[in-house]
Amino acid sequence: MNPKHAKATARHGTSRIGALFVTPYALFILAVFAVPLGYTVWISFHRFYFTAPGAGVDTPWVGLANYQAVFTDPVVARAFLNILIFLVINVPLTVGLSMVLASALNAKLPFRSFFRAAYYLPYITASVALVAVWQFLFGTDGLINNLLGDHAPDPSWLVNSHLAMPMIAFFVTWKQLGFFVMLYLAALQNVGKELYEASSVDGAGRIRQFFSITVPGVRHATTLVAILAIITGANLFSEPYLLTGGGGPDHASVSPVLLMYQKGMEQGHPDFAAALGVVLVTFVLIVSLVSRKLTERGN
Amino acid sequence: MLKRTAYTLLVLALAGTVTACGRSGPDAAKAATSRGPITVWLSNNAHEVKWGNEMIAEWNELHPDQRITAQNIPAGKTSEEALSASIIAGTSACLVFNTAPSVVPQFEKQAGLVPLSTFPDGKEYIEERSGSLADQYRSADGDYYQLPWKSNPGMILYNKEIFKTAGLDPEHPKLATYDDFLESSRKIVKSGAAKAAIWPAPSSEFFQSWYDFYPAFIAESGGKPLVEDGKPQFDSAAGRKVADFWRQMYAENLAPQESYPGDAFGEHRTAMSTVGPWAVAAYKDSVDWGVVPVPTSDGRPADQVHTFSDEKSVGMYSSCENRATAWDVLKFATSKEQDGKFLAATGQMPLRTNLASTYSDWLEKNPSYKAFADQAERVVEVPNVPGSTEVWQAFRNSWTRSVVFGREPIDSALHDAADQISKILAEN
Repeated sequence: MNPKHAKATARHGTSRIGALFVTPYALFILAVFAVPLGYTVWISFHRFYFTAPGAGVDTPWVGLANYQAVFTDPVVARAFLNILIFLVINVPLTVGLSMVLASALNAKLPFRSFFRAAYYLPYITASVALVAVWQFLFGTDGLINNLLGDHAPDPSWLVNSHLAMPMIAFFVTWKQLGFFVMLYLAALQNVGKELYEASSVDGAGRIRQFFSITVPGVRHATTLVAILAIITGANLFSEPYLLTGGGGPDHASVSPVLLMYQKGMEQGHPDFAAALGVVLVTFVLIVSLVSRKLTERGN
Repeated sequence: MLKRTAYTLLVLALAGTVTACGRSGPDAAKAATSRGPITVWLSNNAHEVKWGNEMIAEWNELHPDQRITAQNIPAGKTSEEALSASIIAGTSACLVFNTAPSVVPQFEKQAGLVPLSTFPDGKEYIEERSGSLADQYRSADGDYYQLPWKSNPGMILYNKEIFKTAGLDPEHPKLATYDDFLESSRKIVKSGAAKAAIWPAPSSEFFQSWYDFYPAFIAESGGKPLVEDGKPQFDSAAGRKVADFWRQMYAENLAPQESYPGDAFGEHRTAMSTVGPWAVAAYKDSVDWGVVPVPTSDGRPADQVHTFSDEKSVGMYSSCENRATAWDVLKFATSKEQDGKFLAATGQMPLRTNLASTYSDWLEKNPSYKAFADQAERVVEVPNVPGSTEVWQAFRNSWTRSVVFGREPIDSALHDAADQISKILAEN
């Protein structure tokens, strides 16, 4: 056999085996993500509601009517504004805090394992339980207000239309921090120790080392953390629902996913909810791309 | 490669569509006369489950060829959500003894409910059992898609101990007029007897208005529903009086602007609560309570006060294959005898005429329930209109904005809510 041909056959064979291994996962992805996504887009262009099996119901094409309803609904605009507020607070805070904490927990500290576990604990605890802790802390009669006395905000934290969304952003930052610290800890293992040693010899201090070695060294992790934090923000549901009683005072903490639930499940307008979902996915894609450009700038 | 991926996606999409189109329910004509085993779903209330199981045991003994299998409504964030999902999946039980009237129009639109008036004696049975109250449960097309089953008329339960501590007469509380209610509330909070005078959830969920605004509006308006003849009724003198009253309660911190994370009344954090007769059993060991009707601006006599029914119906779902059996079970479970057993087991009021006289013996032995039984004759339901949940959410949004947080004048908030609700009604 021609050696060139044999090489090509081998390469082709390897590719077939690879494809065989990938097929179950690819089918899973198609069935669980691609088909529902396609169906959602289809619903968003039709007048649609869920019915019992066998019910003959028309689902006429309505063009962009559902999108028009989404874009002209002031509550939707408020929900996206809330998400922007959330992202502006949550993403930088998550990236900054988790990077600093990971650097600290990567050093040889006493009780290092304890601290690592302590930061990870809120992440694996159910949201509902954590919400109860925050209500205990930030409720009108909560611990924080008792400490602040007359300086406590009025209305209180979780029912204050200016503070409700920032409170959710802080809550989620705190809850998710352990997971992101873990990602950074993993990334830090790939930053060469010799770089720190060499910079020490050159007289660089810890702060200089952090900005000149650690930050560039974990840049890919930063991109991942930022994108995951953005996706988390876009998926907000439990926190506004539980922490601020179904969207907060005057929609001050309503989120697009909470609105999708209200419109699609509670109020029987899955067509509106589908259009909102498509807009949300587009929004997340755009923000993620911008974030990626920013975090990988100068790479 | 791209072409191949496109083909794969197309095949999968077609498969999904074919599967979706292939769904079918039972043949309605055949199911209407068919008999055999059926399933029923009960709420999670322990007292109701106990009654339900006993009722089912009695039925099964009498009808071994038409056995009932029971379970609680599947877990969901709300029963309504779980029921809606089961309609879409075609997996509902034949009968659900906890169907909220507010979602009946939506379930009806989803073709999820069997019109009970299509049974030969359906309309007659419902109207004979519930009398004139049945009219509120009839849908726009004239059919009954629910059997009005039991109500929990909202009244003001108050904690006698807290009233006493606040220097108020616990046996003759001044709570009939808005002025009296406000004055008593001020004394309660100022004295420190309780953190709040009354503590309904001030949050934004669509159903929360059923426990603050709605009973008060029904009482003040002399028994008007939120929407009548396709028109919102609350942008009126009665609606504004109710909203002003509650605004004052919130503005003076007599009712907190934040939800209580537990049971504020049971934990003695509030002196009053708007509740139904279910509360009698719930608080019998923890609170020394009294009960009065919902206040009105002019303090009308108790026997003239209407209130919200907080009713639950029984629905027959379209996935049911043995509907003749289901209809017989429905009549058996809501017979005079079973209603009496239900009242005794749960304290909730079967929605039937002459309730107080029908079960006078039991009420004599259980006087705590007498006021509720009397009130059950004058209850008003949520309007049976398409888009009901959306209507309530629109109202709640305006209510929290203007009344709870005072961010918009009440007049314009009620007017805007009425406009929005008219639009929703027109679109649906």
